[in-house]
Amino acid sequence: MKKATVSPKGTVSSPHHRFSRRTLTTDVLLFNGIGYALLILFALLCVIPFYLVVISSFQAENVLIREGFPLYIKEFSTASYGLVLKAPESILRAYGVTILVTAAGTLVSVFINTMTGYVLSRKDFKARNFFSFFFFFTTLFSGGLVPWYIICVRYLNLKNTIFALILPMLFSVWNMIIAKSFMSSLPMAITESAKIDGANDFRIYIRLIVPLSTPLIATLSLFSALAYWNDWYNCMLYITKTDMYNLQYYLQTMLNNADAIRKAASMSNGAVTSSAQVPLEGMKMAMTVVATGPIVLLYPFVQRYFVKGLTIGAVKG
Amino acid sequence: MSKKTTSAGIIRKASLSHTIKMELRNNWLLFLMLLPAIVYVIIFAYWPMSGVVLAFKDFKTRLGIYNSPWVGMQNFKFLQISGKLGLLTRNTLLYNLAFIFLGVVLEMGFAIILNEVIGRRFKKGLQTVMFLPYFISWVVVSAIMFNMFNYEKGTINNMLNSLGMPRFDLYNSGSSWPLVLIIVNAWKKTGYGMVVYLAAITGLDQEIFEAASIDGANIWQKTRHITIPSLVPQMMILVLLALGNVFRGDFGMFYQTVKDNSNLLPYTDILDTYVYRSLMQTGDIGMSAAAGLYQSVLCFVTICAANLLVKKLQPDYALF
Repeated sequence: MKKATVSPKGTVSSPHHRFSRRTLTTDVLLFNGIGYALLILFALLCVIPFYLVVISSFQAENVLIREGFPLYIKEFSTASYGLVLKAPESILRAYGVTILVTAAGTLVSVFINTMTGYVLSRKDFKARNFFSFFFFFTTLFSGGLVPWYIICVRYLNLKNTIFALILPMLFSVWNMIIAKSFMSSLPMAITESAKIDGANDFRIYIRLIVPLSTPLIATLSLFSALAYWNDWYNCMLYITKTDMYNLQYYLQTMLNNADAIRKAASMSNGAVTSSAQVPLEGMKMAMTVVATGPIVLLYPFVQRYFVKGLTIGAVKG
Repeated sequence: MSKKTTSAGIIRKASLSHTIKMELRNNWLLFLMLLPAIVYVIIFAYWPMSGVVLAFKDFKTRLGIYNSPWVGMQNFKFLQISGKLGLLTRNTLLYNLAFIFLGVVLEMGFAIILNEVIGRRFKKGLQTVMFLPYFISWVVVSAIMFNMFNYEKGTINNMLNSLGMPRFDLYNSGSSWPLVLIIVNAWKKTGYGMVVYLAAITGLDQEIFEAASIDGANIWQKTRHITIPSLVPQMMILVLLALGNVFRGDFGMFYQTVKDNSNLLPYTDILDTYVYRSLMQTGDIGMSAAAGLYQSVLCFVTICAANLLVKKLQPDYALF
C-alpha cells in the first residue's frame, strides 16, 4: 500500500475536494446533503449517551427518583458529586493505582517495544527473521486464559500485587511490529556511520534512533496509556483487595453492586442511612463522570496521534 | 539419503553453529537488547502454551499443572455432553461475521463521505466526535447502557412511557441482544476503523479523479467507479485478517454489557465469556481449559487459512 500522507493536524487531507468546491453542481450538493445528514446523525449518536450521563449526574436526586434519568437538567444539583467526593479516600486510591500503573506500564512498555523493534529492524542482524517469527508465533497460537491465569497466580504469585496490573500488557507484538516497520524506514546510514564512529548498539538506539522516532513513540505511548487507563480485566482477575482496585474496576464494583455504593454513600454521610435516602443512581453517574473525565478531556488533543499511529501500523514492514 | 548430502549437512550444521557463535560474539549487545522481550514472551506466551495439557487433566491446585492426573478426553466429553460447544461456537462466529460486515460498510462508507464533503473544519470536528467512544472503557459503556436502558429509570424507557408506549425490558428480552450488541460494537469502533480507509483514500492517485471530472463524471460516478473499486483490495485484506480472528470474541464488550443476566446467555454467550465463567465463577477448570484449547486451535487454523488466502491474492500483505 502506498504510505498515506497525514497532515500534521491529524485529519487525513483530501486533495480533490478543492475542485469539487469550485463546481457546486447538483450532484455535489446532493452528495454533501446526504453525506452530512449521515455524518451528523452518527456523530449525535456518539455524543448523546455521554450527554445523558453528565446530565444525570447533575440532576437533583428527587427528580431521579420521581422521573428516572431525564433528557435535560430539571433541577440542578451537585449533591451526587458531593457524596462521591465527601469520602474521597477510596476513589483517590483507585486514581492513584491507575496513574501509577499507567505511568510505569507505559514507560517500560514503550521502551521494550521500541528497543525490540529496533533490533529486529537492523538488516545486518542475521537472527532477525528467526526472532521475528519467535515473537509473531505468539499471536497465532495462545495457551488460552486458563493456563495463563494459573501460571500467573500459582507459579508467579502475581495475585494482589501491582505487577498483576502492569505485566500482562507490557509487551505487545503488534506494537513491536509497528515500531519495527517505522524504524526500518529510517536510513540505515545512521546506524552504520555511528558504528564507524565507535558507538555501541544500545547507544545508537538511545541517542540517535529514539530522538528520530518521536511520532512513533508518541503513538505507542498513547496506545499503551489508553490500554492501561481503561483496564479492568486484569484487576478483575488478579486483585481481590479493595484498596488495590484500579479506577475502572472500582467503577465497575460501584455500578454492579448496590451494597458497595450504599456503603460508600453512608460512609460519607457519617452515619448509616436507609437505602431510600441514598442517591444511588445519581452517584453512579457522578462516579462514571469522575472516572472518565480525564481521558475524555484529553482525547481531542491526542486523537491525531492515534490517526498517525494507525497509518504507521497500516503500512506493514 | 546419500552419503554426499549427509556430509554436506554436517558441514552446513558446523558452519551454522559457527555463525551463531560469531553472531553472539559480534552482536552480543543486540541479543542483550532482545533479552527482555524474549524472557517476557517465554514466560507469558510460550509457558502458558505448555499449559494446554490442562485440557486433558484433572487440575488440582495442590499438584499444579504438570503433576495433576491425566484424564484423557474426559473434559472434552463433558463439554460435549453439556451441549454448549455448538451454541458458543455459533454465537462467536455469527457475532463476528455481523461485526465484520457492518464494520466494512460503515467504516468505508463514512470514510468516503468524510473525504468527499466540503468544509474542512466542520468535518474535522465530526471525525473527532466519532472517535470519542473509542476512548472509553467497557465499564463506562455499561454505565451508559444502564442510564439508557434501565427498566424503571432509563432515558429510553422514560421516553417510551411519556409517549404512552410500554416500557422495554432489555435485560429480559434476549432475542433483541444480537441487534443491541451489533449496534454497541459499531458505535464504539467505527470512528477508529474509519481512519484506515481514510488513509487509503488519500493514498489514491488524484489524477484519475481529475481526469474523470474533466470527462464529465459526477460525484456518484466517481465514487462508484473509482473510489470504491480502488478500496476493494485494502478492504479484502482487512476482512480476511478479521476473518482469521472470527472465533475470538471481544470479552470486554460481552462481559460488561451482559453482566450477570444469565437468562441472556443463550443469545450472548461466546467462547471467551464461557471460558472465563467456567474458570472464575463455576470453578470448572477442566472444562474451561478444554474450551480454551478448542478455541485456540480453531483460531490457529482460521488465521493460517486466512493468511494463505491473502498470500495468494496479494503476497505483500501476508502476515507471514
